[in-house]
Parts: sequence; C-alpha cells; structure tokens
Amino acid sequence: MSLLKLDNLETYLGQYHILQGVSMSVEEGSITVLFGRNGAGKTTTLRSIMGFNPSTSGFVHYNSQRISGISTHLISRKGIGYVPENQGIFSALTVEETLNLAKAKSTGEAEEKMEWMLDLFPDLKKYWRKKSGLLSGGQKQMLAIARAYINGDGLLLIDEPSKGLSPIMVEKLMESILKMKEKTTILLVEQNFLMASEIGDYFYIMDDGKIVHEGMMQDLKDDKETCQKYLGIA
Amino acid sequence: MEVFINLLVNGVSTGLLIFLLAAGLTLIFGLMSVLNFAHGGLFVWGAFSGAWIFKETNSFLLAIVGAVGIGMALGWVLERFLIRPVYGNHVRQLLITLGGMLVLSESIKIFWGPNPIRVNLPGWLEGSYQFDGIIIIKYRVFVIVVGLLLYMALWLLLSRTQIGLMIRAGVMDKEMVQALGINVKGLFTFVFLLGAALAALGGALLAPYSGVVFAEMGMQYAILAFIVVIIGGMGSLQGSALASLIVGVAGAFMAYYIPDLSLALNMLLLAIVLLVKPTGLMGEKGSAV
Repeated sequence: MSLLKLDNLETYLGQYHILQGVSMSVEEGSITVLFGRNGAGKTTTLRSIMGFNPSTSGFVHYNSQRISGISTHLISRKGIGYVPENQGIFSALTVEETLNLAKAKSTGEAEEKMEWMLDLFPDLKKYWRKKSGLLSGGQKQMLAIARAYINGDGLLLIDEPSKGLSPIMVEKLMESILKMKEKTTILLVEQNFLMASEIGDYFYIMDDGKIVHEGMMQDLKDDKETCQKYLGIA
Repeated sequence: MEVFINLLVNGVSTGLLIFLLAAGLTLIFGLMSVLNFAHGGLFVWGAFSGAWIFKETNSFLLAIVGAVGIGMALGWVLERFLIRPVYGNHVRQLLITLGGMLVLSESIKIFWGPNPIRVNLPGWLEGSYQFDGIIIIKYRVFVIVVGLLLYMALWLLLSRTQIGLMIRAGVMDKEMVQALGINVKGLFTFVFLLGAALAALGGALLAPYSGVVFAEMGMQYAILAFIVVIIGGMGSLQGSALASLIVGVAGAFMAYYIPDLSLALNMLLLAIVLLVKPTGLMGEKGSAV
C-alpha cells in the first residue's frame, strides 16, 4: 500500500520551473531512494512534500489524506519527520534540548522512540548535555535523524545523509537507517549510489525536474546503461 | 563616593528601563527577522496610558496593568495587520513599521493633546533612602528591582520552559522548527505580544521616572533601544541586558563628568563595538539567551 503518493507535482522557485510533473509513491515499510544529479529537483521534491516550497499544481497524499496546500507544521503533525540537506541543527541547543523539542509535538510514544534512538545512536547519550553545534558531522547527522524520527515516525524524509561524512561514518549511518526500516518508512535522497543501493528497496531517478526511471533497486543495479546515463556510474 | 554610587544607581535604573524596550526588540528581530521601528510607539503608548490611568485611579499597579494590556492590544493589531503581510521583506517592514511608529506617536495627541503631560511619583515610592550620607531615590531602586526581576523571568522563560525552547530554536532555524510540528506563526504572535508588553511596561515605568511624557519620546527611546540591541548582538537577550547597562551607566557618568560628549556617547560605543566585534558583544547566530 502506498503511504505517500505524489501526483503530477509542479513546483516553481521564483521564475524557475523546478518540478515538472513529478509522480511517485512510497510503499509502507520500505526504503525508497530518490537519485539524480545536482539540480535535478530531489531536494525540492522533499521540500514540496513538507510544504516549504508549495507546489503550484498536483497533489501530495499521505496515508490517503491530501497534504499539499496545508502548513508545514500540520504536515509534520501527521507523522512525517524531515532531515534537511544541511541537517538543520540548532547549534546552541544541547542534544537533550533538541530531542525534547522533537517530543513537543511528537506523534506516538515519544519516550519509547527516544529510548530506541539513544540505543541506535549511543553517541547522542554520551554527549547528552553537549551543544549540538559542537558535535562532529556524523553525530550531527545522527541527531538530525533521531530528532526527525522522534517527531514523526510514520514517514522519514532524509536528504543526502552521507554528504560530507567519512566512508566509515556513512557505513554506520546506513546500517542505522536500515534498522530504522523495521519501524518506519523512509524516502531517502542520495547521490551515493553504492551505499544507497545496498539499503533501498525501490528507486526513482530524477532528471531536470522529472522522474525518468523507477523500479526495484535490484533491477537498477543490473541496469548498467541507466546507471551510466543518469548517475554517471560505470 | 556618594557621587559615584548615585551615578551608578541612576545609570543602572536607566539601563534597565532601556532593557525593557530592547528585550522585546531583540527577540522580535531574532525570531522574526523583523526590524520593528513601531516598538517605540508601543513604548510611548505605555507611558501615556499608564500616566493617564494612574492619574484617574491613583493606583500605580492598575496603571501598569492597564498600560501593559493596551500595549499588548496595540501589539496584536500591529503584528496581525501591518507586520504579518510583510514577513521576509525588510524594506517593506522598515517602511511600514516606521509608518506605524508615526501613527502611534501622532495618535497620542488625539487622546491626550499635543502638550507634554506631567506625571507624579506614586506616594509609596516617593522619597529616598539614606546610607552614610548617600541618598538613593526610592523609585530608582524600584525600577532596578522590577528590571532585574523581569530579566530573570525572561531568562527563565527562554531557558527553562518548552515555549522558551521553541523560541530559541526558532531564532536559529525557523523552517526546522516548523518541520517539528510547531506553529511558528503562533510563536511569532506570542513573541510580538511579549515584546509589546515589555515596551509598554517600560513606558509606564519611565513616566514617573522622568516626570513628564511627550509624544515624540517613542522615537527617541526606540533609537536608543536599537543601539543597545546592535551593541549587545541582535537576537541576544543577555547581550541586550549587558549593553543596556553599559549604555545607561556610561551615559550617567558621561553626563556628569563630560556633559558635552554625552550626546555622542552612544554612537561612540556603537562604533567601537562594531569595529571590534561586528556581531555585537554577545551576538552569535542562534543564541537567544
């Protein structure tokens, strides 16, 4: 069953026509990866789902309810957690304050979710009282993911979590994301094909604001021509 | 020694009055990125309405409560109808809040006429304390106590409560706060009303302090508050408190020892701070407390 459905989404940023009829769906309990080159429209897709860059036409349905056209905070309250590309860390807040803030409007059992996140990312427990701005890049990403999950565990939108991280940290993070699949659904935007293809169930490829390919991840791994054409992978 | 202590008390009390105006201004800027020139208008309305209620009822407490209520009501109208439509557009904000400031100042004259109004001290705050030949005016001590209590209350609000946590996070990243399900527009209104209440309270406390209120005082104090906010670091409550005390105390000493330079003092302080630390004394992105 599709948990999230985008239907012919058109989004403009100023005079630029960024999303040009994007349609896609995310199955419940899956990891769906959205690939594409820089500027293809991946981040705008997530931002349009969250209502930051509202679409001018088309629809977004979550849990069979239309969420396009409503305010971001109301979209979030439906159970959608968001990890932006820049992580959106509140640098002057401690880890504790950040996660408490995530609990404020949390959907579901916030305490339970918090405990699970601290088990999954023990570094957050270790640096509980530390200012978030002083954490390492990987720890910030863990915090951003934990915050999103505690806030809304129905669907997680994660934008390029591997960006700027060391290969070891990326591997660790991907293992954690894979574990999170047991309890939530994930729409992942990634450029790191090798890593994302290991954890993804389904994929979409964007190019120039349009979905140009979609299917099962295993099929993409076997399709060298598509990988070469759109992702630059030989 | 007597002169030193008197100047210090005068400076601290003036500084804390400026802080009441600057605190709202800095929070509004930090969270909403709004340069609110109309803030001085709320201050002058607080001063006049407080003075008027005090004169009519002879109750200073009622005067303060009434002034704060009127300030908040005007603040709500300003935020809802003037500022909300121009969020994110600094040029329009500047024009519309300057216009709001003028309208608020001039409308004072409709209700209370064009002339300055004399304001007396409440009976229980008249007189002074004397220690070893040092005379300290009671009302100034009262202003210091109220100012410090309010600073502590604001600090507790921002650092110890859920709404304070939301405000601090909102100062750093409004979008992310929305993505956590928090209604930022509601938060904006709350902060704006809080700022309006502080400005009106500052005005109501200043009226008996200065002994006279006039319609143009709003702009005069708004400029002072802006200087304080910039010196302290835009968006920082602690920075505003520190800068208010520096401006108040330095102003008191300068007016006594080098009166010719006292008018230039604030600009001088502003220039020095901006040269040495352009973000202000405690201004760092994301630090509301």
